[in-house]
Amino acid sequence: MPGTPATDAPPPGDVRAGTLELRGVTKRYGPTLAVDDLSLTVPAGKVCVLIGPSGCGKTTALRMINRLIEPTAGEILIDGTDVRRRPAARLRREIGYVIQQVGLLPHLTVAQNVATVPRLLGWAKARVGPRVDELLALVGLPPGDYARRYPAELSGGQQQRVGLARALAGDPPLMLMDEPFSAVDPITRERLQTDFLRLHRAVPKTVVFVSHDIDEAVKMADVIAVMRAGRLVQFAPPAELLADPADEFVADFVGADRALKGLALTRLEDLDLPPAPTVRRGEAGGDVRDRVASGTLVPIGGAVLATGDDGHPLRWVPVAAIGDRVEATPGRTEPLLSPVTTLRDALSALFEAGASHGVVVDGAGRAVAVADVATIGGGLAAPAEKAGDA
Amino acid sequence: MPEIRWDWLQRHADDIQIMTVQHLEITGLSMALALAVALPVAVAVRNRRVPFAVAAGVADVLYTIPSLALFALLLPYTDIGRTPAVIGLAAYALSMIVRNTVVGLRGVPAVVRDAAVGQGLTPRQVLVRVELPLALPAIMTGVRLATVSTVGIATVAAFVGGGGLGELIWDKGIQREMFLTPILAGTVLTTALAIALDALLAGAQWLLTPWARRGRT
Ligand SMILES: Nc1ncnc2c1ncn2[C@@H]1O[C@H](COP(=O)(O)OP(=O)(O)O)[C@@H](O)[C@H]1O
Ligand SMILES: [Mg+2]
Repeated sequence: MPGTPATDAPPPGDVRAGTLELRGVTKRYGPTLAVDDLSLTVPAGKVCVLIGPSGCGKTTALRMINRLIEPTAGEILIDGTDVRRRPAARLRREIGYVIQQVGLLPHLTVAQNVATVPRLLGWAKARVGPRVDELLALVGLPPGDYARRYPAELSGGQQQRVGLARALAGDPPLMLMDEPFSAVDPITRERLQTDFLRLHRAVPKTVVFVSHDIDEAVKMADVIAVMRAGRLVQFAPPAELLADPADEFVADFVGADRALKGLALTRLEDLDLPPAPTVRRGEAGGDVRDRVASGTLVPIGGAVLATGDDGHPLRWVPVAAIGDRVEATPGRTEPLLSPVTTLRDALSALFEAGASHGVVVDGAGRAVAVADVATIGGGLAAPAEKAGDA
Repeated sequence: MPEIRWDWLQRHADDIQIMTVQHLEITGLSMALALAVALPVAVAVRNRRVPFAVAAGVADVLYTIPSLALFALLLPYTDIGRTPAVIGLAAYALSMIVRNTVVGLRGVPAVVRDAAVGQGLTPRQVLVRVELPLALPAIMTGVRLATVSTVGIATVAAFVGGGGLGELIWDKGIQREMFLTPILAGTVLTTALAIALDALLAGAQWLLTPWARRGRT
């Protein structure tokens, strides 16, 4: 980008993520060892989920990374630099921080909340506004509707989306998230998880994510750190954790239905899904029939998926019912799935909707593929592959 | 009900106007002085138990000294006139403002403060951008209470030569064989001032805290 000042955010596509390393980190409260000699490395751009029972030291470990808590011993390095080398407030502006209770500033609008870190970093006003709009759109809150609202005017899920946008606003290389989705209902949680994964694909960050929910961990993590009483008991990619728990404790924690949990290791994008048989509203009926005859359009159960000009699915229409032109009013195409939806979530969405297949839509809401129960079930054979690359 | 001497009021309209303005000035200066002392004190002691107890205790003692005695006690140190009145009235207001401000600052949810620190605000930025704005409703409660009572007690300022509506009630009324017209006029005007100032402050608070009246819970 010619003419852009050097301090600007990196151009899209450039990975801004840092390697995080904990070396022998310990935190003692009187006789309690909240965190006991914790060492681990999270490679740049990866999601590490810290998991373990309540009180095992997850929050303490997380808060030592952005110096909300000072360790009793050990060191924490980001890209090789000790976090204590910089003033704590400066450091925190470069580390996204999301917590379960969100903690938005109630007296500031959504836009002002999201602008917090850019303004602390001294960005010019002309740059902050567009950045706020961009982030609100990114987390699924159209700025036109939400920018001027106050936090009290939002649902819990919407507040957490704003919390996520606020944490991302300064484009930090590292994100710390402490049970960010635990306080919302299961459906909202599932959506937030999926949206977060999609976001993470687009803008990879190094993420430390605290959870007490093994399903969430398996779904979100590149690598899982299981903690018990302040100590690290296993540090492994999800597939390895499921296949080979280090000890009885981890096995218990992972639970009995390990095979089923494996379904959460594969995402729809990992499967070879047939493209959605889409026809545009207003397309000539003759053209549709020609495409079917030539095999370039493969109807499902005799029906094709009508979309608007923007590619958003409108409804299924039987090929036989198409006359001169494709006519379609918006109807039921649920469930809509995302490429990053796990097979486990996809199956449960299909069962819940009582549907045999779902439409996979991309980030812009365009129908790209169709997933049916049989194809998803076939994915059960695949999960072991992921163990290799994480 | 003895008759009100409207002709007297008419003849003294100018004097009455001057005394009303003086009364407002004394009240305004006292509140400004009280805020200038109480806010820093409240901020300094907000997170500490013993210093808060000491500050609140001193302010409470000041509040319990009879007003006339307080003004008289100040006289050896200041000239007669507005100064002892303003200092005395400010001393009265301290307790209400310190206590309410500390309540407001302590009422900021820990999670909001934690998130603000976590985003990289310095302690000073947390105070100015988070704690004080969120404490504003409580601070305004203290300021309104203090203002209303100051308007009333300010009538005693006449005794130390501070002027104001107290002069109307005392010099023109009570000291002239209980001439009722100025006493009533002074009382009505004082009450009206108190009500008007309270409404004004309520309006200011409404304008300053748009976030407090939004939300759908
Ligand atoms: N400020 C503190 N003072 C004393 N003990 C603490 C403090 N914070 C945490 N602990 C203790 O440290 C342990 C770990 O706490 P925490 O990190 O919050 O666990 P988790 O987030 O895994 O539930 C717990 O036993 C907790 O009681
Ligand atoms: Mg915790």
